[in-house]
Amino acid sequence: MTLALKPTYTDVDVDAEGFLTKPEQWDEDIALEIARANGIDPLTDRHWQVVRFMRDTYLQTGNAPTIRTLGKASGVPVKELYQLFPKGPAKLAAKIAGIPKPRGCI
Amino acid sequence: MTTTLAEPQVALPELKTIEKVAIIISHGSLEGVYPGLIMANGARMEGIDADVFFTFFGLDAIRKDHIDQIKVATVGNPAMHMPALIGVLPGMSAMATHMMKREMEKLDIPPIGEFIELLADSGANLYACKASVDMFHLTADDFVPQVKGILTVGEFYELAAGAQIIFT
Repeated sequence: MTLALKPTYTDVDVDAEGFLTKPEQWDEDIALEIARANGIDPLTDRHWQVVRFMRDTYLQTGNAPTIRTLGKASGVPVKELYQLFPKGPAKLAAKIAGIPKPRGCI
Repeated sequence: MTTTLAEPQVALPELKTIEKVAIIISHGSLEGVYPGLIMANGARMEGIDADVFFTFFGLDAIRKDHIDQIKVATVGNPAMHMPALIGVLPGMSAMATHMMKREMEKLDIPPIGEFIELLADSGANLYACKASVDMFHLTADDFVPQVKGILTVGEFYELAAGAQIIFT
């Protein structure tokens, strides 16, 4: 018997570092899976607030927000961003949000 | 007859990631301060620990009374592509500073005061150099509250153990 499985992290298009290259392949289950694979479990409401802001900004502007903008506009201050995503908030939130790796220096 | 040469035994260097940086900021001009701040912030964004040590005129970047007055050097800076005699005219440095700040704002690079706050909130540790503090007759009260302490060179090296040291 075969089940029609939903696409998971392993069968979406990703780059060498695990960033989705096609944001449209993303869904919330994939977000949870990416988060778990990167040591973030559970993905709390505060995480989701950052992840959604990241994704919305990217889909609207074509660019991921900088850490400065994340701190000012996501509703989660910089200190908390680093507590939520200790290994680098901007990149990890982008990965979980299913958008390409941010290439800004700020 | 052919002989096969033995494979050369070359030990490949082990690939390691940078875990920690110690950045020294020694200049007090806009172009002297920003590179170190950007590198420190970039380190934190990659999850790399960062200590920043401000020395000599670099102290201006953490001095309450100077932090908002840091300017581009228009004299003695060949990359300005400006004749030295133009660079000394009143207002040239202010104008160059204004233009540069405008371009940086477009890239979402914060003003220095805000950048220092961002770094501290990001978990970077900021320190002032004791020799410079003594030389300029300053005390801890002269610095913005994000500065964690005044360190001797020896204490800085102790703190920087295991870090890549970057001098700017």
